[in-house]
Amino acid sequence: MDMITFPTIDMTPILPEIYLSLLAMALLLINVFMPGRQKGYLGYISFVGVVAIAVMTASGWGIEVSSFSGSVIQDKFAIFFKIIFLLSAGLSILLSDQYMEREGCNHGELYPLILFTVVGMMLMACGTDLMTIFLGLEVMSVSLYILAGFNRANIKSNESGLKYFLLGAFSTGFLLYGMALTYGATGTTRIFGISGQLSQMAAPAANIMLLAGMLLMITGFAFKIAAAPFHMWTPDVYEGAPTPMTAFMSAGPKAAGFAAAIRILVISFPALQPDWSQLFWILAVLTMTIGNITALRQDNIKRMLAYSSIAHAGYALVGFAAGNETGVAGVLFYMLSYAFMNIGAFAIVILIAKKGETNGTVQDFAGFAFKRPLLAAVMSLFLFSLAGMPPTAGFIGKFYLFSGAVQQGYVWLAIIGVINSAVSVYYYLRVMVFMYMKNPSEEFEWATVTAPVALALIISAAGSIILGVVPSYVMQFAQQAAKLI
Amino acid sequence: MENLNGYLIVSAILFSIGTIGVLTRKNAIVIFMCVELMLNAVNLTFVALSRHLGNLDGQVFVFFVMTVAAAEAAVGLALMIAFYNNRETIDVTDMNSLKW
Amino acid sequence: METLFFLIVSIVAIASAVMVIACRNPINSALSLILTFFCLATYYVMLDAPFLAAVQVMVYAGAIMVLIVFTIMLLNIRIDATRRHSHMIFFGSIVGFATLFNTVYIVMKSRAATPATTVNVEALKAGHTELIGREMFTNFLLPFEITSILLLVAIVGAVVIAKKKI
Repeated sequence: MDMITFPTIDMTPILPEIYLSLLAMALLLINVFMPGRQKGYLGYISFVGVVAIAVMTASGWGIEVSSFSGSVIQDKFAIFFKIIFLLSAGLSILLSDQYMEREGCNHGELYPLILFTVVGMMLMACGTDLMTIFLGLEVMSVSLYILAGFNRANIKSNESGLKYFLLGAFSTGFLLYGMALTYGATGTTRIFGISGQLSQMAAPAANIMLLAGMLLMITGFAFKIAAAPFHMWTPDVYEGAPTPMTAFMSAGPKAAGFAAAIRILVISFPALQPDWSQLFWILAVLTMTIGNITALRQDNIKRMLAYSSIAHAGYALVGFAAGNETGVAGVLFYMLSYAFMNIGAFAIVILIAKKGETNGTVQDFAGFAFKRPLLAAVMSLFLFSLAGMPPTAGFIGKFYLFSGAVQQGYVWLAIIGVINSAVSVYYYLRVMVFMYMKNPSEEFEWATVTAPVALALIISAAGSIILGVVPSYVMQFAQQAAKLI
Repeated sequence: MENLNGYLIVSAILFSIGTIGVLTRKNAIVIFMCVELMLNAVNLTFVALSRHLGNLDGQVFVFFVMTVAAAEAAVGLALMIAFYNNRETIDVTDMNSLKW
Repeated sequence: METLFFLIVSIVAIASAVMVIACRNPINSALSLILTFFCLATYYVMLDAPFLAAVQVMVYAGAIMVLIVFTIMLLNIRIDATRRHSHMIFFGSIVGFATLFNTVYIVMKSRAATPATTVNVEALKAGHTELIGREMFTNFLLPFEITSILLLVAIVGAVVIAKKKI
């Protein structure tokens, strides 16, 4: 029997993942061997680590390496998404300490789990093999089930975790079936291999097994990015999960779902683009409309933001449906700006709420502007950005997404998108009306803003403004990253 | 291989039974078992296709799916225990402190 | 002969799968599921995948189902005769049968990729486990390593969520 000859392995593409895992494992050990109730310092360590790894990841810009015999690749697309994941993780880590301390579940395991989630998301973004993407997705999902149910004493958090788990596992089944059929139709699980097989087929659209595989995979990813009609879990899970984790879930994993779906569909199935484009057209319209209309009648602010996050996934799907470079660059840019503005908004929600997640309705914002004018101004900035008002990141992001659709000839899609974002203004403005025009209902003790939360607010506010005022600087990176093929 | 379609149809049937179970049953543990059934149906598809194509990628994939199922089982059952400790039930219709 | 055997195994597999969703008592569902898993292991042997058949029995029937049965026993869920044990039967069945018809239609209509090279069945049979090992440690080394992270996450998560006091 001859020995196995290992292929030469270039670690470059997965260096960020390796460092993150090492950091997470180190934190686990520190957590065990350093007794004491105070676990906030773990947050600081992981935040510093995330920043360092983000710098390291960004320094690889422009270097394309494929490794592990085609399982993984480092390209601009992957790096752009990795930065988004690290950003959303970093901001959520900053928010976690104050919230978890208040809710009495400040266990040290929180931070390693967040970091492992990021590892999973990164593998989804840089994987070029269905197996890598699937396992990355599972690392992400399993960590998220735990994070959603992290506040064990709270019944809502339990329920959120369990629901997320049941529906997440269910959707995994569909995704996996799709991968199996794709494998059967092409004989390989490598993404580039699949596209190679497709280009040899005479009529790939006539191969029903391939088509069914693609459809089932799209279903699986639609669950993960909470696209209608597979969005049912989102409001419940987002409402019940600890708020910093809700912020994280709405920004990071959603972007990861887009990253994997874009990579699989754009690289492997370019021959079927007319088919999946049509499908995403419908998904985008449904998602935007259902998200916005149901958000209109929500009083609970977390639920409202959950429905708004469904709507935002719909806007991003507009760019995806276009499938051209402008559209994909729009998705990248939008996911980045969404991380800033949404996590920022959730930070304010954390400050408003009290122990046990009470005080979470829109009415509780009454008179916020009179008591804390600065925080109210920052919240208004985030809400403006989410609504897509001109000088903010949200406006520019939508502009690119919709112009991608128009370029591709989907004028109606862009029009529906614009109408939808006009509808969304109502419920965002409603919060501002409460903040600026109603009197506070009773004497109310406003939470103090701790240093990490303040830092998170500053970063997200700066991001929302800078991306809105000078978008071209970031946009050029997004456009380079969108050149996938 | 002559009998590929037979295997694929059996796995399609098992997958559908699993789907029906997930949608109709109310006990969270049974729902989870139905998900396991779905994953196993997919595994059968993988192995049959792998045999048909004569490459081992599908079988390696199945190996990973089993690992994933084990990890999900550990976490999912832990979540169910936590839920049960607070609510004394694992019926999904009792999961109503959030609107479904 | 092989076709007959295939038919018998299929009938058992499908019948036990139906039992999983039809039984009132979760324990009976779990036992039926184990039977389904054994049928699948039989299929794997018939498909020249003995290694997977062994892993199927050990991991699924051995580990995962023990965990599930253990949880059922631990929670000791009483079967409340007054409550219905299922819901949305109509909707669920519609979706399920739609899935079934679609998939069967797809299977009947579609053709898998033709094998690129001639399949060396004898080599597959003889050195099956070795070949799997080779694949896993060369071509699929990265996914193999990711599973270690996945299992670590699962361990940490299960402890965080379910331990009495952390």
